[in-house]
Amino acid sequence: MREFDYQRVTDVSGALALLGDDPDARFLGGGTNLVDLMKTGVERPARLVDIRRLPLDRIEAGEDGGLRIGATVTNSDLAAHPEVRRRYPALAQAVLAGASGQLRNMATVGGNLLQRTRCGYFGDVSRPCNKRVPGSGCPAIEGEHHNHAILGASGHCVAVHPSDMGVALAAFDAVVSYETADGPGELPLSEFYLPVGDTPHLETALPSGALITGVTLPPAPVAAHSRYRKVRERASYAFAIGSVAAAVDVRDGAVHDVRLAFGAVASRPWRARTAERTLIGAQAGAEAFAAAADAELTAAEPLPHNAYKVTLMRNLMVAVLTELTEEAAR
Amino acid sequence: MAPSTSSGVTLNINGEKYTLSVDHRTTLLDALRERLDLTGTKKGCDQGQCGACTVLLDGRRVVSCLQFAVAAEGREITTIEGVADGDRLHPVQQAFLDLDGYQCGYCTPGQICSAVAMLQEHAAGWPSAVTEDVRPEAGPPPLTTDEIRERMSGNLCRCAAYVSIVDAVAKAATPLEGEAVA
Ligand SMILES: Cc1cc2nc3c(=O)[nH]c(=O)nc-3n(C[C@H](O)[C@H](O)[C@H](O)COP(=O)(O)OP(=O)(O)OC[C@H]3O[C@@H](n4cnc5c(N)ncnc54)[C@H](O)[C@@H]3O)c2cc1C
Ligand code: SF4
Ligand code: FES
Ligand code: FES
Repeated sequence: MREFDYQRVTDVSGALALLGDDPDARFLGGGTNLVDLMKTGVERPARLVDIRRLPLDRIEAGEDGGLRIGATVTNSDLAAHPEVRRRYPALAQAVLAGASGQLRNMATVGGNLLQRTRCGYFGDVSRPCNKRVPGSGCPAIEGEHHNHAILGASGHCVAVHPSDMGVALAAFDAVVSYETADGPGELPLSEFYLPVGDTPHLETALPSGALITGVTLPPAPVAAHSRYRKVRERASYAFAIGSVAAAVDVRDGAVHDVRLAFGAVASRPWRARTAERTLIGAQAGAEAFAAAADAELTAAEPLPHNAYKVTLMRNLMVAVLTELTEEAAR
Repeated sequence: MAPSTSSGVTLNINGEKYTLSVDHRTTLLDALRERLDLTGTKKGCDQGQCGACTVLLDGRRVVSCLQFAVAAEGREITTIEGVADGDRLHPVQQAFLDLDGYQCGYCTPGQICSAVAMLQEHAAGWPSAVTEDVRPEAGPPPLTTDEIRERMSGNLCRCAAYVSIVDAVAKAATPLEGEAVA
């Protein structure tokens, strides 16, 4: 590991000043991704600015039904918060489905959004990888890609974003707030992650040197009846091979409102807007759910070893929507 | 301010203060084991995946292999050497002894530290990934075997002593249930 300077900050302006525009400096959140990547040599910062003691560790429950979540709130505190569990149960479930109790106690909301892909070639500095070394190639396309993208990928990178939390945030129209030396800014999560194209090394639209300060969830009554379901290769403590965050409001048998997002299928949490549009006004039931899933997944471009994900996501979406509607009817 | 790559730190471990100079690259795990002779905390994967290095930071369980020592300054660190109350074993330790919650014992300090904090998380009403209904109205989930397994899934056991580990945690949970949590 490269030697590094370490500074701890207690206010946002101090954090921004210390990071400056130094490309070799990084903010240190819980460190559960950054420290791991420093050990393997994927990340080689010369300075760490420790932001864990910034006053961004609060969750404010708005009177309007929304939530404002500070960037350094731990994953554990997010999932345990009564208003998160009441207003957006799928968000609490998504966070609880990720990592382990120990890691969730360390991991922060900001760091979770910015965690890097678990593609094995990305993590192995002896291999080429366009995301890590632009222009070096993508061995996953011809190699090991059973847990890679089926949607929105490119010939330059087929990696998936591993966050569970992000999938629920995407379903509920989260907005990311940040600060830069030039002032504050906001990005809806739908614009936060950049399309892959031929620049897989550029992952987000955050200005360089920006500090994420928090995430805002607008009020969404439909989210009170929501669920996150994750499929993985062992029962617990593993990354998703596919996941769904869903919320649905059925009135007189017809879909009045619905939110759907997929995890582990694309370079970003995948908001399934085509499926949502197909469903609005439709008669709630397995037939409509399957048709909506198919509409979303016609865009899928599976690789030789991950075509199973198309079927998996279709069945998962139908199952979760069926559960939610049956429960609501009881 | 010239950048420096090491710092003098004071670590508060098991109620005692230790002052030392650390290279910033030193993890809390390596500081405990290599510098402070607190070798109860074990190194398994060194990548956050196995839980052998679990310690408590301000009362919460964390993996010490992904925690830089310098960043732990000013926080209360509890290791396996500090969970007992003097000569009186912690109920979790006693239950592991009574029910053989181990084979080789390598993962055991991490399992015990993890369980100590996990029982407090549960007593505080935290749901888990297997909790049927996470809404606060549903009330705290009973600590079933499934709940214990899920909540302890961050601690791997190479000997697969899981059956007795779960039994030990369940036994330790009984007197703790209902107790207030810090
Ligand atoms: C064994 C293991 C299993 C895991 N399993 C899962 C899983 O199943 N599901 C899942 O979703 N995740 C999983 N994770 C990933 C984990 O959720 C992330 O590592 C964690 O959320 C990252 O948060 P952090 O605060 O530790 O980030 P850090 O590691 O501190 O930072 C990550 C990146 O974000 C930057 N950063 C951090 N905070 C900010 C900020 N406020 N503003 C700007 N930049 C910032 C850092 O500079 C760094 O580049 C797992 C991790 C491990 C080690
Ligand atoms: S899929 Fe992306 S991250 Fe993986 S090797 Fe290809 S370029 Fe790298
Ligand atoms: S040694 Fe820290 S989790 Fe394995
Ligand atoms: S008892 Fe041997 S690793 Fe758990």
